[in-house]
Amino acid sequence: MLELIVISTLNGVLFGMLLFLLSSGLTVIFSMMGVLNFAHASFYMLGAFFGYQLTKWIGFWPALVLAPLLVGAVGMAVERYGLRNTHKHGHVAELLLTFGLAFAIEEIVSMIWGKSPVDYRVPAALDFPAFTIFSTNYPAYKIFMLAISVLIFVALLIALKRTRVGLIVQAALTHPHMVGHLGHNVGQVFMLVFGVGSALAGLAGVIAGPALVTQSDMAALLGPILFVVIVFGGLGSLPGAFIASLFIGLVQTFAVALNGSLASTFGPLDPSIGPSVLTDIWNVTIAQIAPVLPYVLLVVILIVRPMGLLGTRET
Amino acid sequence: MTSTAASASDIAAKSSGQNLRFYGLWVIAAIALVVLPLIFSSGGSLTSFSLIGIAIIFALSYNILLGETGLLSFGHAVYYGLGGFAAVHVMNAVAARGWPIPLPLIPLVGGIGGLVFALLIGWVMTRRAGTVFAMISLGIGELVGSSSLILRSVFGGESGISTDRTALPHIFGWTFGPQIQVYYLIAFWVLVSAMAMYALTRTPLGRICNAVRDNPGRVEFIGYDPHVVRYLAYSFAGFFAGIAGGLAAINFEIANSAYLGAVQSGMVLFATFIGGASYFFGPILGAILVTYLQLGLTSLTSVWQLYFGIIFIGIVMFAPGGIAGLLMMHRPLIRAGTLGMVIPSYLVAALPTLALACGVILSIETVARYTVTGGEGNIVKLLGIPFNTTAPATWGIAAVLVVGGFIVARITWRRIAEAWDRAASIARDRGYLA
Repeated sequence: MLELIVISTLNGVLFGMLLFLLSSGLTVIFSMMGVLNFAHASFYMLGAFFGYQLTKWIGFWPALVLAPLLVGAVGMAVERYGLRNTHKHGHVAELLLTFGLAFAIEEIVSMIWGKSPVDYRVPAALDFPAFTIFSTNYPAYKIFMLAISVLIFVALLIALKRTRVGLIVQAALTHPHMVGHLGHNVGQVFMLVFGVGSALAGLAGVIAGPALVTQSDMAALLGPILFVVIVFGGLGSLPGAFIASLFIGLVQTFAVALNGSLASTFGPLDPSIGPSVLTDIWNVTIAQIAPVLPYVLLVVILIVRPMGLLGTRET
Repeated sequence: MTSTAASASDIAAKSSGQNLRFYGLWVIAAIALVVLPLIFSSGGSLTSFSLIGIAIIFALSYNILLGETGLLSFGHAVYYGLGGFAAVHVMNAVAARGWPIPLPLIPLVGGIGGLVFALLIGWVMTRRAGTVFAMISLGIGELVGSSSLILRSVFGGESGISTDRTALPHIFGWTFGPQIQVYYLIAFWVLVSAMAMYALTRTPLGRICNAVRDNPGRVEFIGYDPHVVRYLAYSFAGFFAGIAGGLAAINFEIANSAYLGAVQSGMVLFATFIGGASYFFGPILGAILVTYLQLGLTSLTSVWQLYFGIIFIGIVMFAPGGIAGLLMMHRPLIRAGTLGMVIPSYLVAALPTLALACGVILSIETVARYTVTGGEGNIVKLLGIPFNTTAPATWGIAAVLVVGGFIVARITWRRIAEAWDRAASIARDRGYLA
């Protein structure tokens, strides 16, 4: 039991940090531009596939740098040539544009790399057990992923709190018009933020690709969870997104690891009842309901606290 | 005094003329629905018509949210799917217990299924509009979609729940075994639902929905709660989506978890938006087009969904009013008689635009064939001309068509815009709004 708790906590924090790499960009983009970037998870997927392809051509370490930059460039192009032109039609049109993009990117990826998972492997230099804990080997690559995400987190924090650009971004979060009046080129800031946000998503993809499955449906699987994270944490709140990412990461990891069901706790139901919704619920394991849990949390938070954990705007 | 009386009778005459035209349209639609299968009587076209009919109800129900109330939902298929499951369960119960419920009433059961769930969940969901609503609808869609795989006794797991539509009590000797009878059942419900949904847009509720879409703040000032209005609109949308789902369950004799999945939700959004959300007939056009493309393209190309994505992005960026919006833009020009000024520029633009489209299609198909098989001698046929996907010439032609087509087409598009401005300003001078 202790082993399970330690390992799941490690995995959960890792998944949570990955989620934060994505949700931080999504939150900043949303608060600044009012655009919910539906294609954000698609940038994550692009990162994974670019990482895979570049690793094949030039090796993992150059890919780790190049792939996020490429994704960032794609993101900036989307902002400059797509969103900026759609802005005049309102936020719904922008949201629909990114929805269409997410759809098209998934199709393009499955057209080029196929629908089945690609063979994106952990680099040889990191393919060893970092330490053994209660007879479980913990892979070094996961420690590396954790280190990268913590590094990015700290860098992001410093960039936001200590640099001039960060100051402008923070100001534009709450008062975009005022920032514009002060003479800053808000359009350029938007493009930059969109690029950085996409690049972070791409980086998450590059490092998560070998550990998870790199497949053309990975964006569709992760995207909705990202939205849950940012609604749960409170729209436009970075600390909220951080807490929600960790929380949902931990919840999902623990749920997958636990095998209990109502039947195993309280004993099986009387078989004479026959199959019904009750027996379904009685026999389902926690691991089986893991994919549903984030959405249950979403409904609960909407009923209990509609603005999200740390949100200031009413959701 | 006499002048006001005259104008009043004028208005009465005008409105009665409009009424006549209005009812005439519905009568024509009804006749068309009856005659259509007599002209195209093959099995394939009957199936297509049935699917299009279901898609029309579904898209119109979605437009109660998107077009009328301004709510962008990414989870509308939930109501379609739950309606389908409600219909299947009731059909099986009717067949097993011998209740006197004939098949034509089953879509109503589907509608009630959708309505009940919309009433349950809608209050929480419609608290806010806009992006927040969109995200929540996505979350609820995922929640129901994933739960459907867990609650096996209700949703039948991966395989779904099947039924037999002929096992229900027959009326007027109709067994609903042959597709033609199912088609007429669907056609009947299409007409009834479309009329009901059109009527809904003309009620005070429909009008206040429009107001909530355009300016919720002012709606509150005049004493309505936008939340309640959105909730009502949401419930109606759930009801009509459930009818569509019930018809789908009758048509396929099965309901499975794909009915309430994200793909279905995406398709109805595509259909509605491509058709045009701002006019009542927009979603009808969109449903016909998207279903037709879906049926036609799947046999032609393996990447048909990519074309949907591209069409959708193009519509969002360049024609947010959809096809209906594009068509209706020309109405003032036709009335003012200045349409002739734009036509030549359209004709000039048609060639490079077509070249661009061919280039895009050729590149997509070439890449798709090349990466999927990667092998030798893959032939893509476009306009009857075979292209070898491994030959550099093919890639060259595709690149030239795309780049060259785009450069030339842009110039002709600018000429369209200029011609349009001239025609529209004349139309405006003549008193027709443009």
